[in-house]
Amino acid sequence: MSFDLENLVSDLDIRGAILYFKGNIDSEVINKALDLVEGKLLSSRESPRIRKKVYNVLVESLQNLYHHADYVPKGYHAARPDRFGLIILEKTGRGYRITTCNFVTAFRVKELEEKLTRINRSTPEEIKELYKDILNHQEITEKGLGGLGLVDMARKTGHRLDFRFKKYDDRHSAFRLSAVITHE
Amino acid sequence: MEPIIIEGTPKTPSIKFDVKDGIFEIKGRSIPENSVEFYKPLNEWLDNYMQTPLDKTVVNIRLEYFNTSSSKCILDVFKRLEAIHRSKHDVEINWYYEEDDEDMLEAGEDYDSIIKVPFKMIEIVE
Repeated sequence: MSFDLENLVSDLDIRGAILYFKGNIDSEVINKALDLVEGKLLSSRESPRIRKKVYNVLVESLQNLYHHADYVPKGYHAARPDRFGLIILEKTGRGYRITTCNFVTAFRVKELEEKLTRINRSTPEEIKELYKDILNHQEITEKGLGGLGLVDMARKTGHRLDFRFKKYDDRHSAFRLSAVITHE
Repeated sequence: MEPIIIEGTPKTPSIKFDVKDGIFEIKGRSIPENSVEFYKPLNEWLDNYMQTPLDKTVVNIRLEYFNTSSSKCILDVFKRLEAIHRSKHDVEINWYYEEDDEDMLEAGEDYDSIIKVPFKMIEIVE
């Protein structure tokens, strides 16, 4: 069987998900996903604190795909090669989990791995300082601020970011990232 | 000086910086994909305002959500306000946050620690 990004999330409950999308991420898709999730969270009578955290992390996750997903490998089935990814929002026993999958070029794997490992090893206080340091000292590019989205996700959730890579070919890897939001 | 007035959308905040009325306000959601483009007119307006600011400028920030790319643009707005404050003009930033929104309060505290302008944290109780 040929590889699909869905292979990376075979352990997740896709059918019961609050949001599931696989395809090219544009502004319209982001708007629709945010509207859908906001409506569902409001009708579920979730606490404002959790609702806001889920919404915030969802915005960063969708925009991470929009800004940072690399082109899909040649031969991989996608309507367009750019901004292609998969996103799932699930309700779990302890809260919510947001998972994204996308392709990254091989040379970015090490850099991303180091960035995420550093974030995961940091204490909440160190994450706060790291956030402020990037915010205050890094120049903004068309793609936003390098790594601030990931730091923000770790800070808002208060949990480590789960990530894994799967080598697709010599020049591409598939990347999965999960953030969990729990009730305390 | 002509005011800058931008209507809000589901992804961008409403902006009203009006010297005549003494109103300086950013309100709503700031989660656009391209924040730099959105905030450019406001920062250009502030570059002009900095030449002849009011004796006292009170800026109200009432944001419900903002993304990380907006966070840098908002810092750029605050850096211009800091320059006005440095030039011996009164500047005050009122940072509103909803009750229980600890993340928005912390975001205000981050800016307060970076920018040398008096910040007031104001809790909105529903």
